[in-house]
Amino acid sequence: MIIAEQKPFEEIKNLIEPAQRVLVVGCGTCVTVCFAGGAREAAILAASLRMASKLNGDPKEVTDVTVQRQCEWEYLDTIAEQINEADIVLSIGCGIGVQAIAERYPKTWVVPGLNTAFLGLPAEQGVWVERCAACGDCILGLTAGICPIARCSKSLLNGPCGGSQDGHCEVNEEIPCAWQLIYDRLQSLGKLEMLYEIRPPKNWRTSRDGGPRKIVRPDLRLSEEE
Amino acid sequence: MSSVNVDYQIVAFCCQYCAYAAADLAGGLRLQYPPNVKIVQIPCTGKMDVLYALQAFESGADAVMVAGCMPGDCHFLEGNFNAVRRVERVKDLLRQIGLEAERIRMFHISSSMASQFVAATEEMLRTVEAIGPNPLRVSGKAHPQETCGLPSG
Repeated sequence: MIIAEQKPFEEIKNLIEPAQRVLVVGCGTCVTVCFAGGAREAAILAASLRMASKLNGDPKEVTDVTVQRQCEWEYLDTIAEQINEADIVLSIGCGIGVQAIAERYPKTWVVPGLNTAFLGLPAEQGVWVERCAACGDCILGLTAGICPIARCSKSLLNGPCGGSQDGHCEVNEEIPCAWQLIYDRLQSLGKLEMLYEIRPPKNWRTSRDGGPRKIVRPDLRLSEEE
Repeated sequence: MSSVNVDYQIVAFCCQYCAYAAADLAGGLRLQYPPNVKIVQIPCTGKMDVLYALQAFESGADAVMVAGCMPGDCHFLEGNFNAVRRVERVKDLLRQIGLEAERIRMFHISSSMASQFVAATEEMLRTVEAIGPNPLRVSGKAHPQETCGLPSG
């Protein structure tokens, strides 16, 4: 899922400073699960902003609403009235949610309340870790299900490098060396010989190097008549 | 008790298994505690939500007490430890908002600790008397019916 965290409160206050009526829009999917932008966080942020603005001598009308997914038009359409009544929309969805609101409501000023961090999973309660870099050309089948693109600091295809020390990355002792993890897992699966194969340079055009990406599925598109 | 400022409003979220019973016992023992304290019974302090506290402060409460079981004695094993962390988060939020973090505090009070419950409420009252009323109050008095932050019924 998409992992995000709330921006510093001061930054959020500055972003909404010019507005009187603020609508905090939460998202019920990824950012709910990572406790950054769900219904509860939206209510907490709205209450905090109401109190802070009142103490500041400029009480704002801050309300909150949460949609199931900010990244789909259908869900955004359900809150059209609230969005249109607001001077500013403070989205606490991921960056996709912020842009979806901006795209669907061209006349609405929308600002982000979160910093979208990475694609990952909750490793334990309150701890999220990165697992995917969305490179567009998955090589997990070659690396024992451990992604060196997302989890190796150098995104090496033929690791480990000389900076791997006792299973840890030289960048930070808390980072496990992805290539050590790959080696250990290949060994436990009896497939160490896979490491003899030298991987050629990756085609990064499927990643960000090819510009903004798009997928079209003709079989799923509605015909023009519809 | 003669110097009590009855305008101060303290909302006490009390676990039904310990602090709530301690408050009940205090009543049974005829121990007096400040009338400023409005008790909200919750099934466990693990039910304590950050939002409950914020809603209490937004409605004008001067302080919030969260009173749960002694460490290790939670009926639900670790609800009181979860509450400790949530109270810390509320303290952070209060600092950001511009209110004093001392306005909320966690207490551990078993069901037999009636006198400690009384002491905790008096201590909380002394704290708010020292830092003053909640500046978010519209009028001089808080609205007790709005301070609990819990749905009725």
